[in-house]
Amino acid sequence: MSENLENINPKLYKKLDDREITISDQDEDVTDEFDAREIFDIIRNINDPEHPLTLEELNVVEQNLIEVDDKKNTVDVKFTPTIPHCSMATLIGLSIRVQLLRALPSRFKVSVEISPGTHISEAAVNKQLADKERVAAALENSMLVGVINQCLAPKN
Amino acid sequence: MGTLELKQSLTGHRGRVWSVCWHPKGANLASCGEDKTIIIYELAGLNWVRKMILTEGHSRTIRELAWSPCGNYIASASFDATTAVWDKKSGQFECNATLEGHENEVKSVGWSISGQLLATCSRDKSVWVWEVNDDEYECAAVINAHTQDVKKVRWHPHEEILASASYDNTVKIFKEDAADSDWSCTATLSSHTSTVWSLSWDKIGNRIATCSDDKTVKIWREYKPGNDMGIATPNNESTWKCICTLSGYHTRTIYDIDWCKITGLLVTACGDDIIRIFKEDTNCDPHQPNFTMICSINSAHAQDVNCVHWNPTIPGQLASASDDSTVKIWLYNE
Repeated sequence: MSENLENINPKLYKKLDDREITISDQDEDVTDEFDAREIFDIIRNINDPEHPLTLEELNVVEQNLIEVDDKKNTVDVKFTPTIPHCSMATLIGLSIRVQLLRALPSRFKVSVEISPGTHISEAAVNKQLADKERVAAALENSMLVGVINQCLAPKN
Repeated sequence: MGTLELKQSLTGHRGRVWSVCWHPKGANLASCGEDKTIIIYELAGLNWVRKMILTEGHSRTIRELAWSPCGNYIASASFDATTAVWDKKSGQFECNATLEGHENEVKSVGWSISGQLLATCSRDKSVWVWEVNDDEYECAAVINAHTQDVKKVRWHPHEEILASASYDNTVKIFKEDAADSDWSCTATLSSHTSTVWSLSWDKIGNRIATCSDDKTVKIWREYKPGNDMGIATPNNESTWKCICTLSGYHTRTIYDIDWCKITGLLVTACGDDIIRIFKEDTNCDPHQPNFTMICSINSAHAQDVNCVHWNPTIPGQLASASDDSTVKIWLYNE
């Protein structure tokens, strides 16, 4: 963790309750498509690189900023950096991307972008996160993968 | 509408296949990818079979391959910041030269038509030109014209003129100045609104097709000094103008494009898993051409298509490479 936190006192948000399991969820014969809540559950507990808090607690990810089209194989996630000049924005986006790449079937096209208007380098960060060649090269960097894995490791 | 018939699906790579390249005589094919290997295929009867697997040339992803015009060498560009040159002097392909100098991932590699020059480009924003002399490779130029990651280098089909495509949204043309043998940028092609992933020259070499993250294909034409159209050519260098934009066809990033030197057909590789073929309309104004999509194969691959390459000798034969770990061989029938 860095010595000088950029955002010393981030605002905390209330966590969502656990998903309610319905009878049809337990029925093996019912096709269970991916929905926004399911994607949210995959990424909500990613740790912030600086604070001992999850992306959900910092309101970096929200269920209503996730769009899923199971039939078209698309997952679009928007995330909101805690402050507009957050230098960790690319790392946070990369962590979300890696988590989804690992958790979802390969048929899905995943896009991870900054919520419009919430970061000063929004366009540059989005372009970088959308460039699969640069993402692939970044993920061959073992130091970076170590940092990402720390963000993705569940606490307790 | 023509049909694109799947002839064969080649497996063998683990993970993403980035690039596929035909031997100049069209009788062999090579592919490379995330698994750091190069696979060479040959035709046995009616089927393509794996002939050789080249390993241990690179320590990271192999991004692209280029077969030399004579067919005796393969150059491979890798994320390990080196370019390897493989030859088969011993009977088998072996890595006998490693070109070092780029600071980061090497993204693309290409041989000039004479085989005397090799170009590489990198995330370090530079394009390097190497001179080839008796299996010795000497850096002739380091060109820092782009402001971002350079994705692709492609030589003119007949002359020692180089084009490069970049994350900075532009394509640039480079030539050697005969007076001081300095390589410099003679034209910048600006119109795309996002990363230009690839480019392909036409068979004459006075047009270039480019493809981009902005989901469009653009056709550019060269106007030489003293052209009939009265198009200004500052510094006595050719001006390149965008004469056609193909938009509305692709739904995601277009990763590659290839302009067939035999048939004149354009093929694209897209992040929506589709392979599309375009044909230039006959009798259209050469300064304002139209291209029609004559074929579109949904789910050509199960994931992003990364590379498409027309066979240089067999009209209509096509190879593609994908994130789905496969290489596919296709035949286009009109």
